[in-house]
Amino acid sequence: MAVAIEVSDISKQFRLYNERYTSLKERVIHGGKMPFTPFWALQDVNVEINEGETFGILGRNGCGKSTLLKCIAGILKPTSGEIRVRGSLAAMLELGAGFQPELSGRDNIFLNGSLLGLPRSEIEKRFDEIVAFAELEQFIDNQVKYYSSGMYVRLGFAVAVNVEPDVLLVDEVLAVGDAAFQRKCLDHVRKFQQEGRTIVVVSHATDTIRQNCERVMVMNHGKVITIDEPGEGIRVYLADLLGVGTLDNSETGGIEGNVFAIGTVQAEHGGMGTRSHLYPGESLSIIADLDSLAPVQNAIATIAIHDDKNELVFASDPDDPGCQMEVPLGGGQIRFDFAEVPLLDGTYSVSVGIRSLTETAIFDWKDQVTQFEVANPGRATGRVRLLPAVSFRRRSTGLTGEVPVVERIGGISGSPVAETITS
Amino acid sequence: MSVGAVEPAPLDSAPAPTGKAKGKDGQTSTIGGSARFVPGQSNRQITVVNGKAQVRQRLKDLWRNRDLLVLLTRTQLKVKYKNSVLGYLWSMLNPALVLAVYYVVFKVIARNTIPSFAIFLFCGLLVWNLFNNAAMAATGVVVANAGIVKKVAFPRELLALSSVGVALVLFAIQVVVLILALVVFGITPSLPFLITLPIALLALVVFTSAISVFLSAVNVYLRDTQHLTEVLLMAWFWSIPVVYPYGQIAGALSDHHLGSFKWVYLMDPVTPIALAFQRTMYGRSQYTDKGVVSHMLPNWGPSTYCLILGVVLVASIILFLLSLIVFGRLEGNFAEEL
Repeated sequence: MAVAIEVSDISKQFRLYNERYTSLKERVIHGGKMPFTPFWALQDVNVEINEGETFGILGRNGCGKSTLLKCIAGILKPTSGEIRVRGSLAAMLELGAGFQPELSGRDNIFLNGSLLGLPRSEIEKRFDEIVAFAELEQFIDNQVKYYSSGMYVRLGFAVAVNVEPDVLLVDEVLAVGDAAFQRKCLDHVRKFQQEGRTIVVVSHATDTIRQNCERVMVMNHGKVITIDEPGEGIRVYLADLLGVGTLDNSETGGIEGNVFAIGTVQAEHGGMGTRSHLYPGESLSIIADLDSLAPVQNAIATIAIHDDKNELVFASDPDDPGCQMEVPLGGGQIRFDFAEVPLLDGTYSVSVGIRSLTETAIFDWKDQVTQFEVANPGRATGRVRLLPAVSFRRRSTGLTGEVPVVERIGGISGSPVAETITS
Repeated sequence: MSVGAVEPAPLDSAPAPTGKAKGKDGQTSTIGGSARFVPGQSNRQITVVNGKAQVRQRLKDLWRNRDLLVLLTRTQLKVKYKNSVLGYLWSMLNPALVLAVYYVVFKVIARNTIPSFAIFLFCGLLVWNLFNNAAMAATGVVVANAGIVKKVAFPRELLALSSVGVALVLFAIQVVVLILALVVFGITPSLPFLITLPIALLALVVFTSAISVFLSAVNVYLRDTQHLTEVLLMAWFWSIPVVYPYGQIAGALSDHHLGSFKWVYLMDPVTPIALAFQRTMYGRSQYTDKGVVSHMLPNWGPSTYCLILGVVLVASIILFLLSLIVFGRLEGNFAEEL
């Protein structure tokens, strides 16, 4: 398979000026020199993107992914290195960039289409399609400045996708418009994929990346961290870069004068030894060391799991008799065993607590004391791993309890269709 | 029955592809759709992005995007007059008022003796307006279109060139007015000199483009350019023979025994172009007032004009290429400087 985009040793230096001297006077005063701090937005980036591939770029804000996209698009010139792009290219960096508010939607379609490299004759041919796609039939002759932001963005997207380039660069623009329009956009991206076009997507939306991309590049501080399949790439992105749910373990001592003191808490899972994360459906054990200054007859152990947005995923039932235990003097280990973890991606933090059922004063609670990470190698997205059993039944047309199955045997449209009814 | 058993697949799956083709691809599918997208096809054009700026590639890109140039020009024109009541009338009103002011100052107050002074003035003003309008608009055009420059990849020189385009349209309107004025005042242009006009106009457009492209790029880095341009253009205007005839400069030089330095004055590319327009449209190079012959324009024939204009044209082309190189160098960082 041919390479569509070849990025070789691309570096891009930005100059961060402490003070911009844009006037002649200031320039003369400072002898034409401006103090600046060099900032490498991209450092020796190498990547080959194949034709027909959908390639995702992940990274935190300011990691250089948009800069890379701009370099590929030719908007920025790299400081060193070279990019080769095979075929026509269109970049959707900002929808509706280049719209002239004073002009009508019609004029803007022509202007924007031309800016994206579509010849006039092609725009004329596609004009109706573009308008229909943007759902702006009745407003197309109005000035764009009277458009709502949704209309504006829809028109921008409609023009951009109708350029039908060999290579499409998309920067965070798929999340525009209402739900219906978003689906339309994604449908269009799929259509592009089927047509064998190359798509490069920059996004923070790991779900979009997972479902659409074949490979993912993770970037940090202008460097490539990894290029891998989406599951692993997203894991690296979430865990290593975002560091979501990274815990501050400084406060591990017990509460002063309390009977209970939870010590170290550890997570063990089915993938231990081979990888740091577990796959959805694997087992998980949370093991907490417990010191006890006195024997407690009816202690209750509780556990809570929060996701990376600090939203509660699960908290155990405090009245669950299965969580009750007798703790002798000196303490021991509390184990929470989960036979399987029905979670999809993410880093989850675990809080562990213990208290006496009768005396409210006797307790200890360790908030978000350890964490575990689930990485989904598959393409399912969302939070919970549900395993639907899918089957198919023919639609019944019968009026009686006995359901006849209608099977279409043949017939070209317009001619009678032969039907056999089986029961 | 066996035939029927083969049929279901096409029957059930047929609506999907045709519906799709109708919806999105339609008749364009052969151009934009599957025909162009054979996987592994390797004869596609390869675009190389690196830090270098090649003039030949730039010229190619400019030519390929000529549609865009027309559109950008049209956009600038539309936006320029969009919310004004008089609209395009301004493109005539503005020079007409300027003309009226100069006429009053130089004919009525300063009482010069040049016959049909308004026409003479108009011929030179035309040339100057084209140059001046384009250079002034181009200086700020990249900064004004920061939104596009930062987000869309296209040959940015087109922005500067579209300013020239706008000036050219205004020029055309004024030429129509000039021709009407010639008819009204009963002045006949000198037909043998008509040949100089296409060369003069071409040279003017190329020279104006060179200056415009250069200024538009420099202004991104040095915003003073805008103000500096204003002042310099004003000085430039008074240095060329528009409100006064060339003969007065030549005479003044002779009076100071500098007559052989006339060529220095003609080094300004705008001067020979203005002279060509004046010579052709105004139709005379000298006039007689109370028995005294005054030389207004050089005593050249059409071939001399063509020769000088040819030199100006070649120089302008070289300047234009140089300005493209400068633009290419500076363009790389536009997106971050804006």
